[in-house]
Order: sequence, then structure tokens, then C-alpha cells
Amino acid sequence: MTNDLHELTAGYALDALEEDERRAFEEHLASCAVCEGELPSLHDAAAALAHDVYAPAPPAELRDRVLRQVHRERTNVVRLRPRWQWPVAGVAAVAAGAAIGFGIWAFSESSSLDRERAARRADAKALAIVAAPGSIRFPLYGATGALVVARSGQAALVVSGLRPAPEGKTYEVWVVRGGPPQPAGIFPGGSGRLVVALKRVVPHGARVAVSIEKAGGSEKLTGSMLFGAQTA
Amino acid sequence: MGREQGTRGEMTHLSDEALLALVSRSDDEALAELYDRYGRIAYGLALRILRDRALAEDAVQEAFLGIWRSAESFLGERAKPSTWILTIVHRRAVDLVRREERRRGEPLDVVADPAGGAADEEASLRQRRRAVQAALRQLPDDQREALELAYYGGFTQSELAERLGQPLGTIKSRMFAGLRRLRDLLADAGFDAPVTEL
Repeated sequence: MTNDLHELTAGYALDALEEDERRAFEEHLASCAVCEGELPSLHDAAAALAHDVYAPAPPAELRDRVLRQVHRERTNVVRLRPRWQWPVAGVAAVAAGAAIGFGIWAFSESSSLDRERAARRADAKALAIVAAPGSIRFPLYGATGALVVARSGQAALVVSGLRPAPEGKTYEVWVVRGGPPQPAGIFPGGSGRLVVALKRVVPHGARVAVSIEKAGGSEKLTGSMLFGAQTA
Repeated sequence: MGREQGTRGEMTHLSDEALLALVSRSDDEALAELYDRYGRIAYGLALRILRDRALAEDAVQEAFLGIWRSAESFLGERAKPSTWILTIVHRRAVDLVRREERRRGEPLDVVADPAGGAADEEASLRQRRRAVQAALRQLPDDQREALELAYYGGFTQSELAERLGQPLGTIKSRMFAGLRRLRDLLADAGFDAPVTEL
């Protein structure tokens, strides 16, 4: 079985696995030094295939489009650093850092099939927030996904590629504005894309952060803030 | 590649890693420089996969936006920047091709490759392309076919098994053997040098 899974490193590097196999492989990857060791060189080989393409020059306006869009984001969103960078040690880093690695990142913008599955999992409230006209998306820092805030201030967190919280722990969402972080709900993590409705409104200018806390959640932030978003 | 003069002149001396570090600090000039380095190959790849100029442009745009938003997650990775960037572009294009249900019939001859390459194509890109082509030619036909259909066609292993009328296990083994061999051949050919130095 291990040999079979090891062969999947190639399919994984080429993005040619079916969804269920990809998940199984990612779980395997976390505990298999052999696969983890070989994957980077296979990723390099797969990416080299991009060079066997006659590359016509892209239209000049594409460059402008890309840079305009980036510039818009730059002026709308304040990036958080350096205090929001990954913690370098501890349970939280192992749990979350390992999950949001290169391989998994590459799949973060998931397929439409993924989205359907996520939709079934997510509760109606969270989806209503995500779908509401006028909702604003703020990209997450430290994880793949977005914070979506409706005009009402109700908010949902959309996050991909997060490992399940460690035994006896949970992810907890915090809303920070001025004073101490206020708890805004817990969730277990898990593969695929999660949509989590916050139990607290997110005022304009507030920050949202996620930490790992004891099971059942905490009233006070005790863990490191692993990832989050800053609303403009 | 349409590189502009001015403040960005300093950027051309920076490594890809340094540029990604700057991008993670919201430096849009660093992103512009990365676009100038990788935009063309990104577009060529997206076009080969999608075979539609408008869709290819969308894939490239989304990919660079993804790079902009998540450059921070690159830091601390063991991956090469070029691999990281091209993997994002590939993923976006494959997502689009799967979503659009565009059928991926003969991935090899869609974008014609002018003999010797186009006049405006940079020599370094042409050299790299030749190195990859030479390596691919040394693979057994069935391995090369599996790699090409997966990478340029966006087919999953299961789809390939059905399409080629082979057991899934055979496809997995072919792809694994083929990609490993390709890796070793490219290493022998000294492919690892950064694009800008070839």
C-alpha cells in the first residue's frame, strides 16, 4: 500500500489525481519522509514541462490588467506583518504549518466539484454571507482563503487546506478591534474548503484571527494567532 | 519581454526569491518584475492547456493574483520559486480547462511551434524548451504520452486509464517512472540553472 501511495507523488506533482486520492495522498505525505523527500524534485520536473511550450508573447494589456488588479488590492488591503507570520515552534505550527505547505497550496483554488462539496458541508448562514450582494472578501494571511464580510457586518471565514485541530484542541476565531480579542466561534478544521460563519459581527477596520485553543473553545486568547485577515 | 525602464531597473538584479519576499511585503514593482520574467512562459503554458486566448489570459491573471496574495506562504518552502510560480499557473489553467469542459484532444499541435522559435523569443527560453524536448524524446513513448496528457491536457490518472484503455495501476506506474526519468534526464542536462542565467 505504501508503495502504491508513493507512486502517487508523480500524479500529485502533475496535478493529475482525483479529489479523494489527492486527500489520501496529502494525509500520507504528512507522515511519510520518503514521499516528502521526493516530492520537490518531482514538482521541479513537472514544472520543467512548462518550458516545452512555444511561448508567444502575451498581449501587452495583460500585464496592465494584472498590475492594475494588484494595485487595487494593494490600496484596499493592509497587510499584516511581522507579528502575523508563522510561529516557528509549538503545536500550532506543526498542526497548521504542515498543512499549508507548498503542495497543498497549489490546490487551494479548488475545483468546482470541491466547491459543491464545501457547499453541502457549510451551513446556510455562512453561505448566505458569502453570496450576499455587496459582501467584501479580504484575503487571509497565513492560510489560503478569505474573510467575507457582508454589509451587515456578519462575516464568514472561507479557508482551505487546514488540518484537523490536534486531539483535545479546536480552532477558534477572534475578532479584534482596539481591546482584547473577542471569541467568535470554533471549528474543527479538516481537509477541503471550510466555510465558517462567525458568531460575532466584524466592524469596519477590525481584524479577524484564528488560533488553536483547548477543545470547546476559550473566552480568552491563549494560543498564537495562526492566520487571519485585516478588514480595510 | 516589455520590461520597463525606471525604478524597476534595480529589480532586474534581484533573485526570484528576493522578489517573492518583496511581493509578500506588498511590493507591486517586485510583482511586475516577476511578471516580466514569467508572464510569457505562463501565458504559453496556459494557452497550450486552454487553447483559447481569452481563457489563457484569465488563467495568467488569476495566477499572478494568487502569487500576489500568497507569496508569504512561499517563504519557508523548500520549493524553487520558478516551480512554485509555474505550479500555480498550471493549476489555474487546469482548473479552468476542467471547469470549461474544454476537451483536450491532441495537446501536442495546438500552438504551432515555428521552426527555430519566433524571432522575438528569448534565447534562454528557446534553450530550455530544447532541453525539455530532448529529455522527453528519451522517454519511452507510453511514459511520455502519460506525462504530456496529464500536464498539458489536464487529464487525471483515472481519465487517462479510461482514455488509453489501460488499468489505472499501469497509468500510475508509467507516470511515476516517466516523471522520475524526466527529472534525472533534466538534471544530467544541467536544466537546473535559473532562467535568467541560461
